[in-house]
Amino acid sequence: MSVDVRPIKTAAEGALAASFALTRANLPGVDKVAALREEAFRRFEADGLPNRRIEEWKYTDLRALMREAKPLAPLPDAAAKRLAGQGMPVASIEARRIVFVNGSFVPELSDLEDLEPGLAIRSMASALAAGDPRIVNRIGKIAPTSDTAVALNTAFMGDGAVIEVAPGAAPGRPIQLAFFNGGSDSGAVFMRSLAFIGKGARVMLVESHDGVGEFQVNTALELEIGDTAHVDHIKITRTGSLHVSSLMTAVGAQARFNEFLFTIGGQVVRNQLFVRFEGEGTIAGIRGACLLKGRQHVDTTLVAEHIAQACTSREMFKSAIDGEGRSVFQGKIIVRPNAQKTDARMATHALLLSETAEADNKPELEIFADDVQCGHGATAGDLDENLLFYLRARGIPEQQAQALLIQAFVGEAVEGIEHAGLRDTLMAEVAAWLGARE
Amino acid sequence: MTQGEVLLDGEDILALAPDERAARGLFLAFQYPLEIPGVATMTFLRTALNAQRKKRGEPEVSTPDFLRRVRELAGRLGIDPDMMRRAVNVGFSGGEKKRNEILQMAVLEPRLCVLDETDSGLDIDALKVVADGVNRLRAPERAFVVITHYQRLLNYIVPDVVHVLSRGRIVKTGGKELALELEAGGYAQYRDEAA
Repeated sequence: MSVDVRPIKTAAEGALAASFALTRANLPGVDKVAALREEAFRRFEADGLPNRRIEEWKYTDLRALMREAKPLAPLPDAAAKRLAGQGMPVASIEARRIVFVNGSFVPELSDLEDLEPGLAIRSMASALAAGDPRIVNRIGKIAPTSDTAVALNTAFMGDGAVIEVAPGAAPGRPIQLAFFNGGSDSGAVFMRSLAFIGKGARVMLVESHDGVGEFQVNTALELEIGDTAHVDHIKITRTGSLHVSSLMTAVGAQARFNEFLFTIGGQVVRNQLFVRFEGEGTIAGIRGACLLKGRQHVDTTLVAEHIAQACTSREMFKSAIDGEGRSVFQGKIIVRPNAQKTDARMATHALLLSETAEADNKPELEIFADDVQCGHGATAGDLDENLLFYLRARGIPEQQAQALLIQAFVGEAVEGIEHAGLRDTLMAEVAAWLGARE
Repeated sequence: MTQGEVLLDGEDILALAPDERAARGLFLAFQYPLEIPGVATMTFLRTALNAQRKKRGEPEVSTPDFLRRVRELAGRLGIDPDMMRRAVNVGFSGGEKKRNEILQMAVLEPRLCVLDETDSGLDIDALKVVADGVNRLRAPERAFVVITHYQRLLNYIVPDVVHVLSRGRIVKTGGKELALELEAGGYAQYRDEAA
């Protein structure tokens, strides 16, 4: 017997309801967009904040972790824009940068000039305000999910990027969506982006999340990848008191999709990936690395759904956890009845660098086809004492020996990134993180 | 260790951390060298050398000088330059791992080398390469302690002094001919003496 006990609203849930009532008239878009928002908010009201009674959120109980819900962040002031302009993340790589500060597109910091043939970029707020049916009709449709955090995002979505890459187009430079939050008042930021990658197109998308202050971020990207397209998506998260991110992607046939999640900052971070393999013969690498210290909590939740035949997916997630950090990995591979010849392998490894570090690894396989290869492995442990001794016997001091081994551990995942400059940038971040360890 | 002390230049090295011992010039060649996934041999060697030099108050070796030196030493030991870019010992054969140990020794230039059953698991060709590497490093300012159960290694690394150890004690000391006597007569006689 199950009794659906719906506890009373928390302060954060109440604040979100008040915030929605107050701001919905001013959020971009009317008619169909407003209806989408209302429907999404009703779903949130019915479910409440995701909590440990919901299996997918068992280890990241937002009801408990979210003591308050901040009001929507104010438009960025000059100081915030200046900060964003100065501290451009991943500045070392040559990229076309589209900059958002406190949830709003900032044209003067963005590079939208001389767009390569077949590339179109605009702001989500303007697309919603204009009620562009091509955009509005695709929201929530690319890889649908009933997830509550996504519903909240849909209800409050403010701005983001709409990127269209025409069939066969290959803009040479990576496109970086640089999200920055800062300024005198912190607040909540709801970003929604859409990217349509046409057949045979080749593109690299880099998403960076940076800032200062206690912002609560809910960001979502819907990514549609056409047949034979080749897409790299790399998300770098360095800050945020609360950062919830959802990637919803549908991949066509014979495509290449490389995903990488790099998380080095943020107090409470939840990265959700919903990946649907809709076309045959696609090859995907879904990887990530996170480095945690202090009381950081980083949750990576992946649902990879194989619908079409003969797709190959490789998942590898690594976390190095120091202090009282807690890393959560939930990875579910679903193989639908028609997805014969699926080859899916998932590995998750946690390195516990302190007595108080915690790792929760939960791999799951749901297989409904009979001719598939699926596997998963999960490990958690500390640094190998024998290896440390070997390094030290050659004269390398303990701290440095540990750093070498941690770098090697994280490096195995970072190796999966095709862009050499970005690999180096991320490994430099790892080195800096290691240098700051006491 | 149940009792006693180990002195190097009058300093008890048992109280020192392994990296401190290395910086003072002690090198232990492992019987079973470990594999270190993800750490390139070059990075490992350079980090080790510069860490030791730093501890001794010496300047770091420049990258070009370092590379030139390592390539030359690797060439002498018959180590494929490609292996230097690979992770330390990962996928190396037993012989390659031992050669890598000798390469490390050559790069780090220790004052006291302890070779702990370096001959175990080596075929005759690998044994010759390893012995040749050791012989090249022999110098008045450098001592070697070669630990072995067999005479064979000593055909290639000819010892100055042979000590017979039994139950933790040196029971006999002699020249290189002592090893040959052992080969002929075995260890049985010393077992009784130690008891």
